[in-house]
Amino acid sequence: MAEPQDPMQDDQPLLVAEHLGKNYGRLTACRDVSFALYPGEVLAVVGESGSGKSTLLQLLSAQLAPSAGRVSYRMRDGVLRDLARLGEAERRFLFRTDWGYVHQDAAQGLRMAVSAGANVGERLMAVGWNHYGRIRDAASSWLERVEIDTARIDDAPRTYSGGMRQRLQIARNLVTEPRLVFMDEPTGGLDVSVQARLLDLMRNLVSELGLAAIVVTHDLAVARLLSHRVMVMKGGRVIETGLTDQVLDDPREPYTQLLVSSILPA
Amino acid sequence: MNAPAYNFAYLDEQTKRMIRRAILKAIAIPGYQVPFASREMPMPYGWGTGGVQVTAAILGPQDVLKVIDQGSDDTTNAISIRKFFGKTAGVATTTSTTDATVIQTRHRIPEAPLHAGQVLVYQVPIPEPLRFLEPRETETRRMHALGEYGLMHVKLYEDIARFGHIATSYAYPVKVNARYVMDPSPTPKFDNPKMDNCPALQLFGAGREKRIYAIPPHTDVVSLDFEDHPFTRYRFDAPCALCGAGDSYLDEIVTDDKGSRMFVCSDTDYCESRQLAGHRGSESAPPHKERAHG
Ligand SMILES: Nc1ncnc2c1ncn2[C@@H]1O[C@H](COP(=O)(O)OP(=O)(O)OP(=O)(O)O)[C@@H](O)[C@H]1O
Ligand SMILES: [Mg+2]
Repeated sequence: MAEPQDPMQDDQPLLVAEHLGKNYGRLTACRDVSFALYPGEVLAVVGESGSGKSTLLQLLSAQLAPSAGRVSYRMRDGVLRDLARLGEAERRFLFRTDWGYVHQDAAQGLRMAVSAGANVGERLMAVGWNHYGRIRDAASSWLERVEIDTARIDDAPRTYSGGMRQRLQIARNLVTEPRLVFMDEPTGGLDVSVQARLLDLMRNLVSELGLAAIVVTHDLAVARLLSHRVMVMKGGRVIETGLTDQVLDDPREPYTQLLVSSILPA
Repeated sequence: MNAPAYNFAYLDEQTKRMIRRAILKAIAIPGYQVPFASREMPMPYGWGTGGVQVTAAILGPQDVLKVIDQGSDDTTNAISIRKFFGKTAGVATTTSTTDATVIQTRHRIPEAPLHAGQVLVYQVPIPEPLRFLEPRETETRRMHALGEYGLMHVKLYEDIARFGHIATSYAYPVKVNARYVMDPSPTPKFDNPKMDNCPALQLFGAGREKRIYAIPPHTDVVSLDFEDHPFTRYRFDAPCALCGAGDSYLDEIVTDDKGSRMFVCSDTDYCESRQLAGHRGSESAPPHKERAHG
């Protein structure tokens, strides 16, 4: 049987950042960041606290307007578009269909007072699904995929543990089969054993779905486990970038060497 | 000469013009909530000052005013508002739905069909249908602007997940003119179909929240639902104990301390007109099972 032809050619970048910068008054939170992300690629952004990781992620996901440079994204029709030129409706549509955003604080990414089923179903309803039974089936199958007992489908995330909340956030984002997921410290604040399980799950989902992801973390173990490529940030600049194993096993920059040898506080 | 100390219908002409402009805008954009500079009225907010201001702005000397509260012309609230306009505008008042040119209402739409030329003014406590799930005003405004209404279905989803059916029975959300989602004020969902393609003009005033919205005559008004959980009207499955009506919205009244109940029309004018025309009910009906009507 012939494979269906993918309209997206994998040799074309999915997202392109060009000379991105962000100033807060005199403070430069992010400076001259350029890179391309390809479909299915996982990029980790590492660096110490205050190095500009979250700022960069917000710029890339068009939640923050850059002071300089631009971000382009290849839409599902194959056309590369400057995010700053998208209309608000288009941008918001992108955000709840083709993109996912996993927050460190689950309360920012979930509706804590509505049931898990509705949390997962919300994006489907937002794109016009109008059949309760089908929405519920989709929600329930996604809960299974992120290893949440489907008996908890009607419980609010308020009643969930930290690890469950993160997994629910992931299900809520993936239900529309996005091509790109942004994650800001997705394992932050979780117990080590809970972290390990979550990382394992994320790694499997990302490879099964062929997702591209940009993961901000100051935990190099997360970068090693999830990412193909790493960008090291310091003072708002990218000081080193390369394949994850290369950068972590054989860092060139003295700062990265310190980071890798855990001399710098994570 | 005994000139009253206030202007016709209490509000000064400047204020009435401002409110009329908001009303005209609301009519031009069916279902859209237009902000207006709500004024203090000589009554508490819970009394429907938004509706009162709308009525004050549209009332003319020739108008005939009816005021209902939960379908009744005779509650303290209804009587006070009727007296207020009788006194400040000197307009004729009535309890007859058919004879009225302006009907101010809280919680009901009359049973008698409305006709062209009439205006139904709703008193609205909370105009924002998305408020329940999204407390941020900036965000709900954006959702309306972009027609992002997935959240409304989240609310209905929650109902079904919790109760097995859409349990929302008051303030049941509607989509107006295939564009804006609107809160019809706390009317029972039984009344929702009456808003659709109605020959009368429907105006909604929220005093505390400073919003006016409208449904122009003959506008599409659709109650939101799911394909597999369609909107249903609801009334107690009983005839009115006083007039025998089988098609009206009923209130349940406890008649003694042994828990005896009877069901009577919530619309007192409708019930009395039917009784005058010779219709009779059982006067005291045994308790009936509740049932939804399609
Ligand atoms: N809204 C803002 N206003 C002013 N300064 C800001 C703002 N957001 C971030 N900054 C500053 O920009 C710099 C980069 O912050 P950012 O949050 O991107 O760092 P980070 O790498 O994500 O740090 P962490 O690991 O602690 O989350 C910091 O100096 C921070 O104080
Ligand atoms: Mg951060």
